[in-house]
Amino acid sequence: MGSVIQAQILVPGSASGTLLVSHEPLSFWGGYDAASGEIIDRRHPLSGENGSGRVLALPFSRGSSTTTAVLLEAIRHGTAPAAILTTGGDTFFALAVIVAEEIYEKSLPILAIHENDFHTLSTGDEAELHEDGTVLIQAAG
Amino acid sequence: MVNRSLTVPEWLELTAEDRAQLEGESGPGSQMAMRVIVRMAVVQRAGRLMDIEAAHIDSSLYMGQATLDFAERLVALGAKVRVPSTLNVSGVDEAGWKAWPVPPEWAEKALRQMRAYQSMGCIPTWTCAPYQSEHRPHFGQQIAWGESNAIAFANSVIGARSERYPDLLDICAAITGRVPAVGLHLTEGRAGRVLIRLVGVPQAIQSSDLFYPVLGHILGKVSGEENPVVVGLEVKPSEDQLKSLGAAAASSGSVGLFHLVGITPEAPTLEDALQGQEPLITIEIGMPELRRALAELSTAEGSQLDMVVLGSPHFSLAEFQQLAALLPGKKKHPKLEFLVTSSRAMCLLAERAGHLAALKSFGSRVTVDTCILTTPMLPERVKLLMTNSAKYAYYAPGLLGTQVVFGSLEDCVNSAVAGHVVRERSLWEV
Repeated sequence: MGSVIQAQILVPGSASGTLLVSHEPLSFWGGYDAASGEIIDRRHPLSGENGSGRVLALPFSRGSSTTTAVLLEAIRHGTAPAAILTTGGDTFFALAVIVAEEIYEKSLPILAIHENDFHTLSTGDEAELHEDGTVLIQAAG
Repeated sequence: MVNRSLTVPEWLELTAEDRAQLEGESGPGSQMAMRVIVRMAVVQRAGRLMDIEAAHIDSSLYMGQATLDFAERLVALGAKVRVPSTLNVSGVDEAGWKAWPVPPEWAEKALRQMRAYQSMGCIPTWTCAPYQSEHRPHFGQQIAWGESNAIAFANSVIGARSERYPDLLDICAAITGRVPAVGLHLTEGRAGRVLIRLVGVPQAIQSSDLFYPVLGHILGKVSGEENPVVVGLEVKPSEDQLKSLGAAAASSGSVGLFHLVGITPEAPTLEDALQGQEPLITIEIGMPELRRALAELSTAEGSQLDMVVLGSPHFSLAEFQQLAALLPGKKKHPKLEFLVTSSRAMCLLAERAGHLAALKSFGSRVTVDTCILTTPMLPERVKLLMTNSAKYAYYAPGLLGTQVVFGSLEDCVNSAVAGHVVRERSLWEV
């Protein structure tokens, strides 16, 4: 069974991939290895997972203001997530992508979804993000 | 192909000057910076932009080719800052990197990035504690600061007004002199929303340095994106204790502004801190929660130790003095490294006061401009760090792959002398 979520578009685009979901925020600085895409915050539930090419769902970015620089480097290097789903508050992810568009002409969609929708997401589900801000979720298996 | 055309929504009000920058009338560098500012204003749903009087630039950190590409693109487009803009730590200790195993190819790029920001007109302060320099902002001043600990300090302890500026955006704000009018810039965004009541925390604990990073660690974890308010403090913390609290809260969480009732400038009373509203949530913090947080800040078990590192945020003159007072007649154990990170300006003051001589005879080294998290300086054999900094403790395991032991300044010195971890915990035990 699939479900459809209507998101607020922070950075438009389309993408699809397997969801990697955490309800705990993540600082990319000290949390995301731009060389490999691995999540390296050893105190984070996603520690050891790889975010490259995934649809990463995080409530917002935590702590350090260097999250944007790390995500920009990951976009340049090709190890960034395919898309990021977040809740309303976050702007750090969008900034990295806006700058990547300026200097590399590379992009990925960043969409904000309601907390209630966020809670329905699970790692392993397939997500399809469309230009108009709709997100199609297909449960794994 | 990315579509770079920009549609400004009707609800975002731009001045004639904003539009002029956006159309490139102040050159292509300011045009690119303004395009980023305006797109972020749209993301943040700001109704307008506003002026800033100063900036602190965390984008100076070398985080790989991308951050260098970004800086050099702005320079190539002729960008210059419009407001006084201090620089945060860099990717390398400009004069001292060769004393550590920093790869020369890293140093070369990090140095290029330092030069790029200086050539845009930024002030080469190279510190994550700009609030302890002559560039300290004042109460009510609108500023665009990067560096999470500096943002927390400027907002909370000084009462200046900065949103949490991420890398890449701080420099765009400095170049355009304009920011989206949102969040902590606005009075309503500064209300405390998460109420923390200290319950049964003895004054002896509240007076100890260790209490502040531990409390900060908890604030970060419980506050989400909201501003915390603490009631129940019975002592007046020092500036460096408040600095360690903010740095911890901005590491374990996203705290950009905290209120301590009766202490910080926007919290003379609880009602002031909450701006007359009810808190979203009230949390009681007592000794069990503090003990748990203290334990969480260490990842290493056992007493092995390779290095003691202090100075995140960068050591102040008072911290140099506090450390130097513990050192007479002592020497660090030869098998481990002892390092303090600070700024050039603060080291100069510490040298004049005689503190650096005390550190040197103890066996401590000093690094300026940068820190262990932002330059690859640690020898490979260093696997176990000890620190009194919650920020170092929080980030070292992920960024450096080391284990970490968190302790007081005295614990750090005593452990360095012994060559293994020594911790005095009698105050904290049940």
